[in-house]
Amino acid sequence: MTTLTDPPQESFRLSMLLNDTRYRSYTFQFIALIGVFLFIGWLISNAAQNLEDLGQDISFGFLGEAAGYDINQRPIEYNSQDTHLRASIVGVLNTLIVAFLGCITATVFGVIAGILRLSNNWIVARLMAVYVEAFRNVPVLIWILIIFFIMTASLPAPRAFRGDEPAATMLFDAFAFTNRGVYAPKPIWEAGSMIVVITFLLSVAGIFAYRRYATKLLYDTGRLLPTFWPSVALFFVPTILMYFIMGRPISLEYPEMSGFNFTGGMQVRGSLIALWFALAIYTGAFIAENVRAGILAISKGQTEAAASLGLRPNRIMNLVILPQALRVIIPPLISQYLNLTKNSSLAIAVGYMDVTGTLGGITLNQTGRAIEAILLLMLFYLTISLAISAIMNVYNNAVKLKER
Amino acid sequence: MSDTPHHSAAFVRTTPLPPAPPPATERGAIKWIRENLTSTPANAVMTVLSLVAIYYVLAFVMPWLLNGVWNAGSIRECREIAAGSGGGCFAVLTERWHQLLFGRYPQDAYWRPTLAFVLLFAAIAPVLFQNLPRKLMIFTALYPFVAYWLVWGGTILTPVFALLGFVVGYVVYSRLVDKSFAMGFFGGLLAAIVTWWVTGFASDAGSGLLALEQVESREIGGFMLNMILGTVCVSLSLPLGIVLALGRQSSMPIIKWICVVFIEFIRGVPLITLLFVANVVLAYFLPPGTNFDLILRVIIMITMFAAAYIAEVIRGGLAALPRGQYEAADSLGLDYPQAMRLIILPQALKISIPGIVNVAVGLFKDTTLVSIIAMFDLVGMIRGPILASTDWNGVYWELLGFAAVLFFVVCYGISQYSQWLERQLQTDRR
Repeated sequence: MTTLTDPPQESFRLSMLLNDTRYRSYTFQFIALIGVFLFIGWLISNAAQNLEDLGQDISFGFLGEAAGYDINQRPIEYNSQDTHLRASIVGVLNTLIVAFLGCITATVFGVIAGILRLSNNWIVARLMAVYVEAFRNVPVLIWILIIFFIMTASLPAPRAFRGDEPAATMLFDAFAFTNRGVYAPKPIWEAGSMIVVITFLLSVAGIFAYRRYATKLLYDTGRLLPTFWPSVALFFVPTILMYFIMGRPISLEYPEMSGFNFTGGMQVRGSLIALWFALAIYTGAFIAENVRAGILAISKGQTEAAASLGLRPNRIMNLVILPQALRVIIPPLISQYLNLTKNSSLAIAVGYMDVTGTLGGITLNQTGRAIEAILLLMLFYLTISLAISAIMNVYNNAVKLKER
Repeated sequence: MSDTPHHSAAFVRTTPLPPAPPPATERGAIKWIRENLTSTPANAVMTVLSLVAIYYVLAFVMPWLLNGVWNAGSIRECREIAAGSGGGCFAVLTERWHQLLFGRYPQDAYWRPTLAFVLLFAAIAPVLFQNLPRKLMIFTALYPFVAYWLVWGGTILTPVFALLGFVVGYVVYSRLVDKSFAMGFFGGLLAAIVTWWVTGFASDAGSGLLALEQVESREIGGFMLNMILGTVCVSLSLPLGIVLALGRQSSMPIIKWICVVFIEFIRGVPLITLLFVANVVLAYFLPPGTNFDLILRVIIMITMFAAAYIAEVIRGGLAALPRGQYEAADSLGLDYPQAMRLIILPQALKISIPGIVNVAVGLFKDTTLVSIIAMFDLVGMIRGPILASTDWNGVYWELLGFAAVLFFVVCYGISQYSQWLERQLQTDRR
């Protein structure tokens, strides 16, 4: 008669840390941890020694000192007597502005080019292929410089707009493209303009609410409400009505020639336009490929299945193809936005004062606080990219295929 | 009385008619145009718009190219010769091509980087094309040492001893690896370090042996610098990326978190901040008194940058492998290094090759960023010495266009190769 006995319980021996796979991983991790700590400690002790030799220390006090330099493109009040901290904030805002403008424009370029590249019009498809390949295969820095030189070297100086027979004319009498930047009308907000803006925002919210309601009605009862024209009406009518009711509180200030330069209006620097446009058109080429891949990823069977259910082409697109294609398109799209934001640090090449130009450029050079400035700079970019990754994870979980 | 149709009809056809040719609108060029250019009114409008756009671009570019001036001493001379014909001033390329390609490299030694460049093709051919004889890989292994000697010069003993260290390390590793991977790895490492330490004295003694003229790192520039940074950083970041990817997939939490933090940190910051680190901060963190080349510091930072991205690509490849492969390796009784070396990595790397090539293209384009920290690569040369000179101040299009064409040729070539490879891999997986 055989009996099953438990294997003999071995007590823990020290050699098991090396020989037993159950415990060996602890040894490895312990060694790795010690190694990392030793490495970091070595770096820090080196830094401490070097700083002591140079008579420096680590302190963020320089952020409170007067910056002493001017920033030509400033979204908030700033002058050279303000602190380095405020200069950095101006830089951060400039980065966010160019990233925001760039992302929107890049999406427009990318979606158009991606869809047109799949067009059955041979010449359009080829043109888009040329656009995508030309921009994807040349460094973005070269595109930024090329567009910057178009802006500064090829456009007329403001004085070309002078006189009765000017060498250059303004577009619609409102936009002047000069080598100092683009002059555009500036909106003047008077009392009551806030109400118009709020009305506009409310009507945009109303459009979404209406569309949601229409979809719910469709799913619940099968009744189909028109969506396009009511959305257009909601978009324009309340705002325009309110605009006239409040007595036209928003007016435009046009740029005008006075002396040798333009006054009034809004000046958008050539460096901002070069950076914005170059980033948009470069990233747009990548987005075009993502969009194309997303549409191609949806198998033809989906279109045919939807058609056999009796759906019309635009409803097939809206209800069947797009929701599936977006699931493929959005994650790489967001990582392209992230790339664009990081690439906006190339602003320093054309003298646009983003956070790399202020905090990582002039502030660093003036104060000599390299470690602190670059640490803050990295933290800023890291925060943005971690925030965007977090949003992306939330989105991915929301659209994940619900499998059983 | 019967009347057969044979006699009443004048003619009866006994063979079938040949099919009529399709109507003129349904064949040849006309059909193609109808289907591809003017299938709907909207399509026709787009065709016309595209043609107009192409016309305007050509009307601008063709005179610029065809009437271009190729021989002149300065931009003013150029403008005089072109005299309103709209021709470009390509003379800057013929006059300054050496700066654009080689930076400030000594003129009488141009054959050295050129030879290294030609040999590069021989060295990467067996890596790129699997059907070439495997013996060519020996040259690939020798290439880095040859290229270093050619580009930087100095005595041949330095690269030879460096190579010797690797050889000794490999021999020790292959002796010990049968017992355990860790023993082989660390034994090989130790043997290599000892070899380098011993031969370090010898290379000082024989500094005149087969010496090429020494070239300082700061003299290296132009497109050559982009090529050097691109190839060196991609090849160095590949092993580092594999290690990081394996670390991130590891079941040991501490190792995993070290890798995650490293990868996410590097991927979260722009390359330009890492280059600032290389330029101004890195020196603080090294032992007092160490001072090494800016080019080496930049290579370290770009390699770390590329490794983080390559690690993510390889992680995708590892995740795409079916679970059964890992279990099969376990059931054969292979330990972790064996399973990775023999089963998992060969397959995972094969899947991730297209992604790695994409990272390589992106990295090669990003090497232009070094111009911002005052290194004179192709873009740095254009923005610095050439555009700042009184002779050529204002020649933007020709110079930047030349740079764009150079990068386009290389990057488009690599991406075409990657697509070709993707097709190759697809066929043998189905």
